[in-house]
Amino acid sequence: MIGRHTGLSRSNLSFRAPLGLSFRARRGISCTVALAFVLTLSAFAQTGGELHFCLRSEPKTFDPLLVDDDSSLSIRYLTGGVLARVNRHTQELEPELAESWKVSKDGKQITFKLRHGVHFSDGTPFAADDVAFTINRLMDPSVHSPVGDAFRTGAGTVAVKVLATDQVSITFPAAVVGLERQFDEVAIMSAHSPKKEAAVLGPFMVAEYKAGSSIRLEHNPYYWKKDSQGRRLPYLDAILIDIQPNRDVEMLRFKRGELDLINVLDTDYFDRLGSTSPQLVHDAGPSLDSDFMWFNQVATAPIPEYKRAWFRSANFRRAVSEAINRDDLARIVYNGHAQPAVGPVSPANRFWFNSKLKPEAHSPQAALERLKADGFHLQNGILLDKNGNPVEFSIVTNAGSKPRERMSVLIQEDLGKIGIKVNLVPLDFPSLMERILQKFNYEAAMLGFRNVDLDPNGQMNIWLSSAENHGWNPQQKAPATAWEAEIDKLMQAQASTSDLKKRKEAFDRVQEIVYEQAPFIYLINQNALSAVSSSVAGANPGILYPQTFWNAERLTLTGTATAKR
Amino acid sequence: MKAARLLACVIVVAVCALSLGARWLAPAGYAHQFREAADAPPSHQHLLGTDEVGRDRFARVLYGTRISLLLAPAAALVSTALAALVGGLAGYLGGIWLKLARAFTDLFLSLPWLFLLITVRALLPLNVSPLTSVLITFLILGLLGWAQSARVLSTSADALRNSDFVLQARASGLHGPRLFLIHVLPNLKPVLYAQFWISIPVFILSEANLGVLGLGVAEPLPSWGSLLRELEGLISFREEPWRLVPLLLLIVVMTSFQILLSNEEVTA
Repeated sequence: MIGRHTGLSRSNLSFRAPLGLSFRARRGISCTVALAFVLTLSAFAQTGGELHFCLRSEPKTFDPLLVDDDSSLSIRYLTGGVLARVNRHTQELEPELAESWKVSKDGKQITFKLRHGVHFSDGTPFAADDVAFTINRLMDPSVHSPVGDAFRTGAGTVAVKVLATDQVSITFPAAVVGLERQFDEVAIMSAHSPKKEAAVLGPFMVAEYKAGSSIRLEHNPYYWKKDSQGRRLPYLDAILIDIQPNRDVEMLRFKRGELDLINVLDTDYFDRLGSTSPQLVHDAGPSLDSDFMWFNQVATAPIPEYKRAWFRSANFRRAVSEAINRDDLARIVYNGHAQPAVGPVSPANRFWFNSKLKPEAHSPQAALERLKADGFHLQNGILLDKNGNPVEFSIVTNAGSKPRERMSVLIQEDLGKIGIKVNLVPLDFPSLMERILQKFNYEAAMLGFRNVDLDPNGQMNIWLSSAENHGWNPQQKAPATAWEAEIDKLMQAQASTSDLKKRKEAFDRVQEIVYEQAPFIYLINQNALSAVSSSVAGANPGILYPQTFWNAERLTLTGTATAKR
Repeated sequence: MKAARLLACVIVVAVCALSLGARWLAPAGYAHQFREAADAPPSHQHLLGTDEVGRDRFARVLYGTRISLLLAPAAALVSTALAALVGGLAGYLGGIWLKLARAFTDLFLSLPWLFLLITVRALLPLNVSPLTSVLITFLILGLLGWAQSARVLSTSADALRNSDFVLQARASGLHGPRLFLIHVLPNLKPVLYAQFWISIPVFILSEANLGVLGLGVAEPLPSWGSLLRELEGLISFREEPWRLVPLLLLIVVMTSFQILLSNEEVTA
């Protein structure tokens, strides 16, 4: 790999000390020239080069509105231009293609004021009709855009009105909560370019795609953004992305210097790499992701009635939660790169996390006391329910996930200490999903929740009792319990107002109910771990996707790295 | 050769004795978690260190050896018996029976086993004890692993059927099962032995792979297969060479069996 230019060779020829001056003056000039030389070197060293990293799977689409997988999401992030972008570091929404916007009080309408002088990667000018085209396509039912689902809050059509070449207004049939933040996902497409989705507004554009092998992105020559010194971004010439599902191979290539970054690193690899090259690994702290377990409470599930009675008891669920040593899960399974989880919101989500709640303290004694209240009792080290049935259940989880398999082994031991026998059943993912979502043929399950949305509105499909993903008892016609009815009410209340304070109050209460009732027993929040080569400058790995290259337009490669390739 | 046989015999006996004495040699047991010493290197307390959740690796190797050395040969016995029945008999009978058996074997080998195994797992109850799970796993392996061996045996039996001594036996009036049991089957013994011994490491590794599908030995019970899964993602053997012990044990034991087998074949 050879970068187009490093700037080193050009700057070497630029400076020469003037003749005929005194030694002191010449020395002073020499120092100034040397300083200027170094500054120039560093300035030029920041441009050009090809960043190299891997995606774990092939992108399913290059159409930004059809993105539904991580790899396509990465490509869209690097190539797509959006009206507003959530800063992955500050978590604040920042203007991009829109200079400003205004949301109506009822949360149904948003008006964008667009940036001037912006062009697509093929030179086509960007204007309000491109936004209109994109939104119309996004909301077109025949397109089946997963991105558009977030905007479909009510029956009716979306009206897009071009007010001027730089102004566009979008009206939705019902209020869309956190409306402006949803546009972080909407990459604007050109209404006029013959290149269709290949004409992009982001810092890079797809230059070459070898199916199953690699994707080469080149810098967009028309990209609108400039740095504080007026230099056009991105600094990099290109990004070469290899498709590499094997994490071992990815790690080996990173160690050999063939890759510049690993976006998501497993704990084992993190520690192994960190032990030899601590400067290359980054632990950005707790991520938004969580692992949790839950009990099957579905009325029609093929499980014995006495077991269903256990699983429906809040005391039983809380006792199980108390018996689990979360500190050990974080320390042993994740080598300390995880935190005991509190609830549905990770502490990493600074605004929405209910800071009054603390992780459930590990206390087998308290767990046994709680179980006694429901008639459970220990006999020869075996926990029996009030009818004398020994407490035994199985936990299903996805096979092949080492952390989850290890966690389940620790939980098996923890629950054994209060007399509960746990059978562990790792299943292949499709079978697991079939059992959990269709046949409800399981007793307890352990899975992870990958949260990409900071706003709790993105969790409506979990907390509403009628939702398909209401894990413990999905698709209820009416809430089965009073607390589920209260959650329904609170989630709908937070979704129907744009008053942030009221929304926060409502969702704080939801978190409290979830904590008290433990329908999901949250276990840990894994830390965001990544690796960045020392040849990359400007990287600031964060917790939000894409962790390492969220500021790809400002990443640079050192001269040596560029020359090496 | 004699020295090699002796050494192989000593190794097999020693490994069997060690695994049978696991209760005394590793009193902590295979399931106890030393959580303060998870993933620890070898020490006086833990001769082979501990695994990722703090279980004594030495104990797990001993108990795992016991399970794998008992059940993998049992599964191999089942599959070889089935192979002898299908392949050996078809080869002996010849004609349409041989064609049918080969077609059936080919069909069996072409089935998408991965999906079949997933279906089998989906049909099993969730609440089964680890011991039951290990029995089910090896039984499935035994019942499904006969086809390759059957193909080899059918060819060998077919060759025997047309051999001079079988023709002579026929000419002497020997027919049917009696001919098969007295003349054909004893001559198939070397092939049967070979197929039996070859199947053992294959089943041990298959059990390790089945773990990924959730069909392997259930936690916390160890097996060579589950111990070999620990090697997944191990980038440098130099860093933690003790983790290679289960693999080395598998190689050494299987090699020893092969050396002993070659002797058996000679005498057979």
